[in-house]
Amino acid sequence: MFTVSDLRKGLKIEIDGQPFEITEFTFMKPGKGQAIYTCRVKHMVNGATMVKTYRQVDRIDEPNLTMKECSFSYQNGDHYVFMDDHFEELNLEATFLGDRRHWLVEDMRVNVLFHNNQPVDVTLPTFVEKEIAHTDPGARGNTATNVMKPAKLSSGYELQVPLFINTGDIIKLDTRTGKYADRVSKK
Amino acid sequence: MSHGIQDDTIRRLARLRLRARALEAIRTFFTNRDYLAVETPIRLPAPALELHIDALSSGPQFLRTSPELHLKRLLADGAERVFEIGSCFRADERGLRHLPEFTMLEWYRAGADYRDLMEETEALVAAVWAAVRQEPAFAPSVSGVDGPWARLTVRDAFLQFAGWDPVAHYDPDRFDLDLVQLVEPGLPRERPLFLTDYPVEAAALARCRPEVPPVAERWELYAGGLELANAYSELTDAAEQRRRFEACAVDRAALGKTVYPLDEAFMAALERGLPPSAGIALGLDRLIMVLTGAERIDDVRAFVP
Repeated sequence: MFTVSDLRKGLKIEIDGQPFEITEFTFMKPGKGQAIYTCRVKHMVNGATMVKTYRQVDRIDEPNLTMKECSFSYQNGDHYVFMDDHFEELNLEATFLGDRRHWLVEDMRVNVLFHNNQPVDVTLPTFVEKEIAHTDPGARGNTATNVMKPAKLSSGYELQVPLFINTGDIIKLDTRTGKYADRVSKK
Repeated sequence: MSHGIQDDTIRRLARLRLRARALEAIRTFFTNRDYLAVETPIRLPAPALELHIDALSSGPQFLRTSPELHLKRLLADGAERVFEIGSCFRADERGLRHLPEFTMLEWYRAGADYRDLMEETEALVAAVWAAVRQEPAFAPSVSGVDGPWARLTVRDAFLQFAGWDPVAHYDPDRFDLDLVQLVEPGLPRERPLFLTDYPVEAAALARCRPEVPPVAERWELYAGGLELANAYSELTDAAEQRRRFEACAVDRAALGKTVYPLDEAFMAALERGLPPSAGIALGLDRLIMVLTGAERIDDVRAFVP
């Protein structure tokens, strides 16, 4: 159980059995009246947001969250199979992973967040190295540093890369933004 | 140093200069009106009992949440007009408009009622505005700071913005919630506004007027959506005051809150006789917020926790 004095941006709470994260928090207190704590919350799985108001006497449920480190094993159609340190398999669907599925590499270590033993989030390493499957050659003579061009990974994921990147180069991708971060090696 | 940080520092110092001028203007205003400037204890054994105001402890004692009880004792002793500017402390209050340590301006006047204090507050803010308006670079968050201001009763405001009458049928939970979520956002903001005549259940230390239904002679001042001040025609009936404090002690205990001892020195002063009087507490930091258009209370103080 949380009390209202625990409330802050980023706190994970449970509302009607569902896990939410507080994205905005305001403290209000009318003259001589009781404090009112207004939170904008975001559902941790489907991203739906709503506003929730608490008074000083209210108690807030604490979600049962656990984190487990797993390794990515293999892909089977729309299913992505991970394995924990006790060789127990975990199946995650493509829709659950979203764009993150494009950045997985074999044996990658990921953190899986569970709410009441249901997976709710997967965190990849901040940077992953991927090969550029295809990109058109950069236009010669264009020396501006911030000009980008489209490129594709073998999984079909499309991103913008600098002009000097060629097909076959290995790049570093930031999994928080899904964007190009750096060149690792040239083909 | 980046330009952003430099600009912030310049603006902060400019706000502090404006604040210093405002303080000077406030002291001049009260001195010209024969008010006595006083300093009452900051650390005390018995802070005023209020259901939703919590004091910070300081050893076996507490830090004051308001100088109210001591200032009224001075009125009972025969001082007719007193004012004080100083730090007050309230536990667990932190937000865009709240600090656990803040500066309060309070003044008390024998022979006055809450209506007289409306006029005096308008005159005070007009005087402060005249003294600080030369400070460049700031625009107040509300026009019409030099008065006169709007007046609206709690009953009319709730009927208009929340659809019910808390004076006829009081509901403590709904009152606070609707005040914050429906009434305060709905209040007109073209100029400051006095919200007047509270339900007797929300009277705190105010005198009640025997109408049907009765109302408490209390008002709150709003400016630009910010609650600036709280004023009463003071309750002078010692027996009624003791009854309210004792009821509040029971309510605090029921909520698991610290029950402060009754301030018997204050009660003795009431029993000796407090003249008919009116008093007001005004949040000085918030007044500076309004005058400088600041969004956060942190912007108008030299240091914050």
